[in-house]
Amino acid sequence: MERRDLLKLIATATGTALVGGKALAYDIVAPVPLSETGFSKEDVALINEMAEVIIPQTDTPGAKAANVGLVIPVIVADCYTPKLQKAFKEGIKTINVRSNEAFKKDFLLLSSTQRETLFTKLDTEAKAANLTEGISNGIPTAKPSQWEPGSEGPIPHYFTLLKQLTLYTFFTSQVGATKVLRYVAIPGYYNGELPYEKGDKAWAT
Amino acid sequence: MATNEYDAIVVGSGISGGWAAKELTEKGLKVLMLERGKNIEHIKDYKNAHKEAWDYPHRDLPTQAMKVDYPVLKRDYPLNESTKGMWANEVENPYTEDKRFDWFRGYHVGGRSLTWGRQSYRLNKADFEANGKEGVAVDWPIRYEDLAPWYDYVEKFAGISGNRDGLDVLPDGIYQPAMALNCVEKDVAARVQKAYSGARHIIPGRTSNMTEPKPEHGRANCQYRNKCWLGCPFGGYFSTQSSTLPAAMKTGNLTLRPFSIVKEILFDKDKKRATGVEIIDAETNETYVFKSKIVFVNASAFNSSWLLMNSATDVWDGGLGSSSGELGHNVMDHHFRVGASAQVEGYDDKYTYGRRPSGFYVPRFRNWGDDKRDYLRGFGYQGGASRSGWRQDVAELGVGAGLKEAMSEPGGWTIGMTAFGEMLPDHSNRIYLNKKVKDKWGLPVLAMDVEIKENELKMRKDMQQDAIDMFEAAGLKNVNGWDADYAPGMGIHEMGTARMGRDAKTSVLNGHNQVWDAPNVFVTDGACMTSASCVNPSLTYMALTARAASFAVEELKRRNL
Repeated sequence: MERRDLLKLIATATGTALVGGKALAYDIVAPVPLSETGFSKEDVALINEMAEVIIPQTDTPGAKAANVGLVIPVIVADCYTPKLQKAFKEGIKTINVRSNEAFKKDFLLLSSTQRETLFTKLDTEAKAANLTEGISNGIPTAKPSQWEPGSEGPIPHYFTLLKQLTLYTFFTSQVGATKVLRYVAIPGYYNGELPYEKGDKAWAT
Repeated sequence: MATNEYDAIVVGSGISGGWAAKELTEKGLKVLMLERGKNIEHIKDYKNAHKEAWDYPHRDLPTQAMKVDYPVLKRDYPLNESTKGMWANEVENPYTEDKRFDWFRGYHVGGRSLTWGRQSYRLNKADFEANGKEGVAVDWPIRYEDLAPWYDYVEKFAGISGNRDGLDVLPDGIYQPAMALNCVEKDVAARVQKAYSGARHIIPGRTSNMTEPKPEHGRANCQYRNKCWLGCPFGGYFSTQSSTLPAAMKTGNLTLRPFSIVKEILFDKDKKRATGVEIIDAETNETYVFKSKIVFVNASAFNSSWLLMNSATDVWDGGLGSSSGELGHNVMDHHFRVGASAQVEGYDDKYTYGRRPSGFYVPRFRNWGDDKRDYLRGFGYQGGASRSGWRQDVAELGVGAGLKEAMSEPGGWTIGMTAFGEMLPDHSNRIYLNKKVKDKWGLPVLAMDVEIKENELKMRKDMQQDAIDMFEAAGLKNVNGWDADYAPGMGIHEMGTARMGRDAKTSVLNGHNQVWDAPNVFVTDGACMTSASCVNPSLTYMALTARAASFAVEELKRRNL
């Protein structure tokens, strides 16, 4: 049977003789406007520029094209504890301080080479700091939602937070999933030995 | 008043309640199915079914506010944006813990049939005999042969995919073609087969995800999206909504009433029969009485026993079925979260297509045949092999194009498996009414007093070590055993608390799932289990329910109820 016929068939299936009660299924989480995150439009632009250094445009789109700068504030505001929020926000400012120390310029005025030089240094420092502090949740690909309400334990280096947020929001973005990774909405079947050649992209989901 | 009278009332609309409604309506009974939560209509209400991470404000992550609202759910993986609202509201529906118990509940039409794991295995012959032979708890009042035709019956309707592997330990059923193992799983399966001379098997999981359509039921085969928990718009897996509810509705004999919290079963102490139920409308707080000839209690194991505890308390302090002293006792779950993972070398030129919503299964091999351990019973493994994706740890890479490229390509193959162990029934593992704490509707809540004991703790050592040994015997690299700790309830396989038995003095239900003290009350969900086996239990609830429903209708005809 063709899938189209099946869908037609399903659409006509099942009516319910229901007594009372409104139908409410899967709760929908409302979109969060930027104004509720405590971040500004300028912050969004700055975060996009910083994230772009971590995941740059190559022959495929980068973090800025995926507009991760708009999602990161929402996740920081709602999924982070206050302590983490503070660490992240101060971290963004610290990056500017470090930029001025190294190049006597604000981060946004750095060339792309200078940006990568700075971030490579910060990444190395972050890894070392996490190691010294015994931070177990400093893995760059860890979900940025792992902290419990009220938890006061040690937190990763601010650059690790930026990196975690960037990687998670980029690879879960439509741009990242469909233009950088591979994505098929309805695979329809399973093949447990798909031929693979080096360079073929990973599945997004 | 006439509209408040039915032939049968079914309390609960999950896996077993849906089956009770289907069987009873198809046999001509007028049935009222009561569900404490909201309605969810098939397809129409699966609002997230076609969404991806980028469609959610927090990319499907739980927020701090959600963690505050769901202090139990947050203890494990189910808390996220895509299934928000599919778990009981913990503020309105509290419970108390003498010992930690993770209770993950689905209060809506379909219950946890929408969010179940779908693995579907039969108990084997020894599972029904072990209690009696070993002197554990009480003997099951039925044997495998009593249930076998009912397993056939429910498998055929539900649509289970799986291989007929010809193993006594895991009896074969009526299956659609299995969801195939991938190339690495096949290879490891062959190596394990060889290393253990055929005593240990890696077989395709048997799952209620269909590999062939059932157009006669309006159901397509699985489309390999692996979004089952969002409700399947293709009807690709068994749920109340996709399967039993449409069948029951088709008869014209079913009335479904959501937002109906059943507070007690009404009991006529002279006739020793239930006469119906009293409910609270969860939205209006008004109470209603519905009358019926029989009552099927399918509220999920603990809530079924909660309902019995709150019924006929003028006759028995502990409620209906408490005369045995076993109501609320002998709580079981499957203890798990222990296993091993490993790297598989080679197969760099192979990948997978499609998101298979199942994996492989390793049937029990401990205390089976000639094997003898220092504990009773055994465990099975569920697992899978895959190439890691963008979530792989890329610690060695910094920032920039190199990091992006590395994360965009699949990593090497890894394989992992988790053991699911049988938990022995023990009288001291119990739930009871905590009358000091009330829910939103002023009803007393349950208190949990459950722990795993020596037998389970001994078994867990094997559950980890055997996984390590099997992967090492298969020649895999970087084998890592792990035990992520288990708290009772995490298996989401609550069983026991109203066990079946042969004697009214030591069990709550007889061999046909009738409450000894009220034979027109049937309990056919997880509450009825006399022992737990190590296999996923839902298929057994389906078979027991269909069997009990058939018996109930025969008994009604014989005017015995």
